[in-house]
Parts: sequence; C-alpha cells; structure tokens
Amino acid sequence: MSPPTRRLELDPRTVARARRLAARAAAPVIALARTSTTTSVERAVLRLAGLAGADAEGIPWVNRLVDAVRADVGLEHGVALPVWHALAVSEHDDLSTLAQKAAAGGVRFTLPSGTYERSAKTAARRDVARGIATIDRNRRSRQRLLARLGDPPKPWIYLIVATGDIYEDIPQAQAAARGGADIIAVIRSTGQSLLDYVPEGATRDGFAGTYATQENFRLMRTALDEVSREVGRYVRLTNYASGLCMPEIATLAGLERLDMMLNDCMYGIIFRDINPQRTFIDQRFSRQIHSRAGIIINTGEDNYLTTADAVDAAHTVIVSQLLNERFGLEAGLEDWQLGLGHAFEINPEVPEQFRLELAHAQLVRELFPNAPLKYMPPTKHMTGDVFFGYLLDAFFNLAGVMTEQSILLVGMMTEGIVTPFLSDRDLALENVRYVRSACAGLAEDFRPAPDGFIARRAEQVLAEAVDLLERICDESLFAAIAKGTFGVTKRPPDTGKGLDGVVTQAPGYYNPASVLLEGRDA
Amino acid sequence: MSTINVVRAYGDTTGDGMVQISFTLPMPAGPKAEAAAAAFAAKMGLDPALVVHAKGIGPDFTFFVVYGRSSVVVDLDEIVVAEREYPLLTTKEINLEVKSRLKRRLVVVGGTVGTDAHTVGLDAILNVKGFAGEKGLEHYRELRVVNLGAQLDAVELVDRALRERADAILVSQVVTQRDAHVQHVQEVVTALRDRWPSDSGRHPMRPLLVVGGPRFDPGAAADLGVDRVFTRGTTPREVASYLVHALSRRRAA
Repeated sequence: MSPPTRRLELDPRTVARARRLAARAAAPVIALARTSTTTSVERAVLRLAGLAGADAEGIPWVNRLVDAVRADVGLEHGVALPVWHALAVSEHDDLSTLAQKAAAGGVRFTLPSGTYERSAKTAARRDVARGIATIDRNRRSRQRLLARLGDPPKPWIYLIVATGDIYEDIPQAQAAARGGADIIAVIRSTGQSLLDYVPEGATRDGFAGTYATQENFRLMRTALDEVSREVGRYVRLTNYASGLCMPEIATLAGLERLDMMLNDCMYGIIFRDINPQRTFIDQRFSRQIHSRAGIIINTGEDNYLTTADAVDAAHTVIVSQLLNERFGLEAGLEDWQLGLGHAFEINPEVPEQFRLELAHAQLVRELFPNAPLKYMPPTKHMTGDVFFGYLLDAFFNLAGVMTEQSILLVGMMTEGIVTPFLSDRDLALENVRYVRSACAGLAEDFRPAPDGFIARRAEQVLAEAVDLLERICDESLFAAIAKGTFGVTKRPPDTGKGLDGVVTQAPGYYNPASVLLEGRDA
Repeated sequence: MSTINVVRAYGDTTGDGMVQISFTLPMPAGPKAEAAAAAFAAKMGLDPALVVHAKGIGPDFTFFVVYGRSSVVVDLDEIVVAEREYPLLTTKEINLEVKSRLKRRLVVVGGTVGTDAHTVGLDAILNVKGFAGEKGLEHYRELRVVNLGAQLDAVELVDRALRERADAILVSQVVTQRDAHVQHVQEVVTALRDRWPSDSGRHPMRPLLVVGGPRFDPGAAADLGVDRVFTRGTTPREVASYLVHALSRRRAA
C-alpha cells in the first residue's frame, strides 16, 4: 500500500514537538507499568502456560490459583516462582490439579530460593513458551491465509454483531461477510468489562452483546475461516481487550488467532471508572501480547466525542492518539498495528460541519500516515429520523473515502434506536459500496486550498493539542486524568475499580511471559 | 353535543390514508416474494398495497418498500396519554434545573445492597458509559455521583449518604432469589428511618430513596417505603429527570 497523499502543510517541527511531549507525558506511566503487576497480568501468565477451565461456580482456575498464591506469599514476586516451585515439590501435579488443590486449601505456597528458584524459573519459562509458540503459530497461519485468500483493499469495512448468543452471532457474521464486511466485531455483553474474571465456554446468555470467552473466540474464528474461503478474502475478527481482564483477553485473542482488538489506554478509566494505575499496567502487558500476535489494536478516541463537544474537544482526540501511539510503540507494537480511532461526531447543525470533519480526519491521517486509522460513524447526533441518519452516514462514508481512512465502521441509520434489522445492515453496506464506487478516485482530486478553511482548522487543532500536551507534561498525566481532561470525566489515580489488584514488584519479581515477550531470554 | 375528532394518515391529500412501510421477508427474491409482500401488506390493512421496491438480501431474504392506503381511523377522544409524573428533560435542562434550583451540585449515592454482587444495572445508570445511547449520571456536570459498588451493608450505605450530604440514594437489586431484593430494600428503609426519624427538622433533609431492578413492581413504591421504583429498560436521563422533579417539589413544599 502506498502511503496516503499529503494534503496539509503541517509544520514538521510542530509534529515532532507533539511526539516529544507525548513521550514525556507517557514516561512516568510507563515506568509505573514496568515496575508493577496486577492480578490479571499474573492470570494471563498462567493462561499462557495452558491453565484453562473453571470450577463449579464458574470461577476460572487461574483466578483460584492466583488468589491462593496471593494469600500465602503475595504477588510481589509474581505468580510463576511459587506456582512452579509447588509443581516441582509435588512432582506429579500439573497446573490444573495444583489449582484445584490450592482452591481447596490443600497447598501452601512458598517463595523458592537458590537452585529451587532457578529450576522454578526454567520450568515456568518452558511452559509459558508453549503458549507463546501457539501465538506465533497463529500469526504465521494468518499470514498464510492472507496470502492464499487475499487481503481486502482499504478501507476495510467493519461490521458489528452482538446478539448475546454465539450460535446466533455465527450465521449473522457469515451473512455480513458475504454482504461485504471485511472485519467482524463481536460486541461484548454489557458489564463484562467490570467482571474480574473471564467466563468459560460457549455462551448464549449475553445481554446486548456476547461474552468474550476462549471458546466463543475459537467458534467465531473457525466460522469466519469457513466464510473467508467462500468469499475469497480473509475476514478479520475483532473483540475487546479492555476492562479488568484486559491482559487475559489479549492472551486468549492471541491463542485463538483474533486479528484486531479494541485496546485503548484510557477508555476503561474514563468510561468504566476502572482504576488508572490498573489500566495502564494491564494495558502494557496486553499490548506486548498484541505485538507478538500480530494483532492490530483499535483505540477508542471516538468515545471522547460522545461526551465532549466534537469541535471543542477535537484536540483531546489528537492528544490521546499521540499517547496511545507512544504507549503502543513502547510495548512493541509497530505502526501498522496502531488502529488509532476517531469519529464523525460534529453536530450536523453546525455550519460547515462537513468541512470541519474533513479537516479533523485529514489531520489524523497526516499525523499517522502508516497507522490503519479506524474511523467511526456518527452516533451522538443520530435520532429516530432514520432517513436523515442514512444521509449523515453517507457523508461520513464520503469523508472516509476522501481522507483515505483505513477502517470504516459501517454506520447504521438505526444507531442507538433499535438493534439493527438485517435490512438496516444491508442498506448500510449499500451506502458504503455506493460511496466507495462513485468516489473511487476522488481522494486524488481532493486538494484543500493552502491556507484555506480546512488547512487552517487542522493547524489550529494541532496547536491546541500541543498546548494541552504541555500542560499534561507540567502536571503529569495522572493529574490531567484526575482533572477531567479527557471525556470531561474526573478520575483520580487512587480510586476506581480494580485498584486492589495492583501490586508493586519486589526485587526478584519474575514473569516468564514478560521475559519472553521483551526478548530478555538470553 | 359531540364533534367528530378523528385522524387518518396523511400522504398529500386530506383523508387519503397513505402510508409507507418497509420490511423483510425470509424468502428468496422473485415474483413469488413480491406477491407475498403484497399479500402481507394487504393483511396489514393496506388497500391498495403497492410494492415499489424489492431487493434480495443474500439467498434467503428479500427487502421491500411498500406504499398503500390504510383505512384506519383513530378517534382522538379515545387516546389517553400515559403520563409520567415528571417531564423528561434533556441533559442541558437537567444541569440547568439543578443549578438554578439547588444552587449547588446534586449528590447521588448508589450501590447494591446485601448479597447482590450485580452492578450491571447500577453501572448502566451511573457510569459515564451509560445505557441505551444515553450517558450515565456521572456525565451530568451538575450531578456528583458516589458509586459505592456492590454488596453494601444498608447502614453503611445510609451513613455514607449522610456524610456526603446526599440528595438521593440509588439502590439497585438484580438478584431476586427468595425475595432478597425486597428484603435488602427494607434494610435500607429501616436504616434511613433510624437516621431520619421524621422528615422535619433534621438537616440535611432525608435523601430520596430510589430503587431499581428488573423484578420490582413499578407501582409498589409506597408499599416498599421508597420514593420511586424504576424497572427494566430505565435510562439514566429518566432517573435524572425524576430526581430534579422530586427534589424541586420537595423544596417547594
């Protein structure tokens, strides 16, 4: 793919300055994430080592085992040393029986030292490496399938299914792929982000979405492989690595060859009141997994515009994108994996709304030329007037094509009114198809006048973003989040859900997954 | 003496009864599907029914747009509008009302009580994320939300409400085994009575007690001893509108 056309004459010094400031703002947060762990990070380690399943109450064994270890020796040294030491001492146990015994109170965990410590490390690394080998194998399979079946041209068409029942989702997803969708996203059940465990098995009882479980991932990926062969292009699968189990869901996505994951650095903090520290620590680990798995992340900046005004808050989107980029690159993601988000959310009654949208979309396109940008359709200003909604979606599609966005989420005229009918989805796809075909080469002719409205607006938003980044650097990112800088919601660093799962690493902390993912395995 | 007070659908001429509908039938496109669509519309009372558009969606479905004349007549005298006791306000209006009437932020304390660990309903109303396309109460500039989460002790919840000088307590109960939801609400009612033996005198005033959950009877507020019951499908804006309404009435009283 050739890089997108440059249409604005952004000052490269301003752009470089914005990136330097984002790196500076992110630095203390990264330092915290490198020296901390969480219950979910430790559970992800056990999942990589192959521990699956749940007890009779549906609580996964990884939760039971991590809780048992924590009760005996704490998590400051990581779960790996005490667990693999216990395995070695009891000799014949595998992880699953150890977890069952531990849950029944039959194991006393201790921290090994000396040779015991060394052999626990070796054994833990060997078992976790198997999970990472599966992730590597899946990445190679994806490459093979993309080569054999074909990678659809951009913009990729992104469609959501969310019936709550995985067995209903499957035929709907296959129908959507036949209708032209390149990416299927399965929305999660309401409230799953606040569950501190990942449910097990195939599920049919989600509310307004389907639970993210390893088995649901596997079923849907298999179904999409089937339909990919039928339609002659690789159809990507998306889910959500967010909420309290972000690291574990990222891990399951890698193990089941999901292709894209929603994974924002601040979404859970702002919209779900998840503790900021917990979020940033979990996020770093989950992105290390995504990096390894070749998964494209999608960030959630579009959401800010559903709470704040899309014109006034345009620069907060840019700031968040720069931070997401910085956090992502530090965790090992490459540019092609950074599906930074933004949205068409300006009130249609604002004069020159479309020109403003073009300015914002083009600015993002040029700031991140190699990122697969994800452009979100209008939601906030969709009303029960489905006819006007259809028109607005067409303008969104037009802006997406003109500014060469990479991923277009398909806008539904029934957005926020009813669950889309089969026909709504078909009409929405027809809307995209028409605009893509009628405006196929239009991007070539789109040359905003230098110093014109679009160019000046883009410059102004970038300048505001730099100002805000400067303020964030002065006071720290945590303080900015506490003050309500993003999404107009205030989130102090020591409140919110999941704080009790945050643990500062002690000297000698050992995480075999981090060692392998960061290539420290010398 | 009665005047006839009726309406029919209006296309472009008074009394023409013209409507437009669209729907999908689960059958492949073709002459038979179109005939089926016309019959379907006829059975809905459209006469004539004009199938102006038919398009196959995949191999198994067909989408139709139909225009037709409906003979349905509605007698406006028979129309009764079920009115909620409070007007549904926009976010802006709610913020404005709080600002002008309370002259400070309205404080809401929420949680689930007793054994109930389900915060889905609570978070749908309180979290910014919200529900049904509406942002939660946290999003309102003039509301201060203290979300205490799950499994609170009733006395603790009420004491916290007192400390926060709460205007309202929101109790969400999802689990209903052996009427647990009712029992837990009773505990809160009792705790509130202990702190505010009568409504007069004590400052701050007794907070409103609002309960929500899928199994509550919406008409049972008085029996439960609470100020308002909300059931399945309630949106944050409805709750916020109610709070503004109830509090301003109380202040006026």
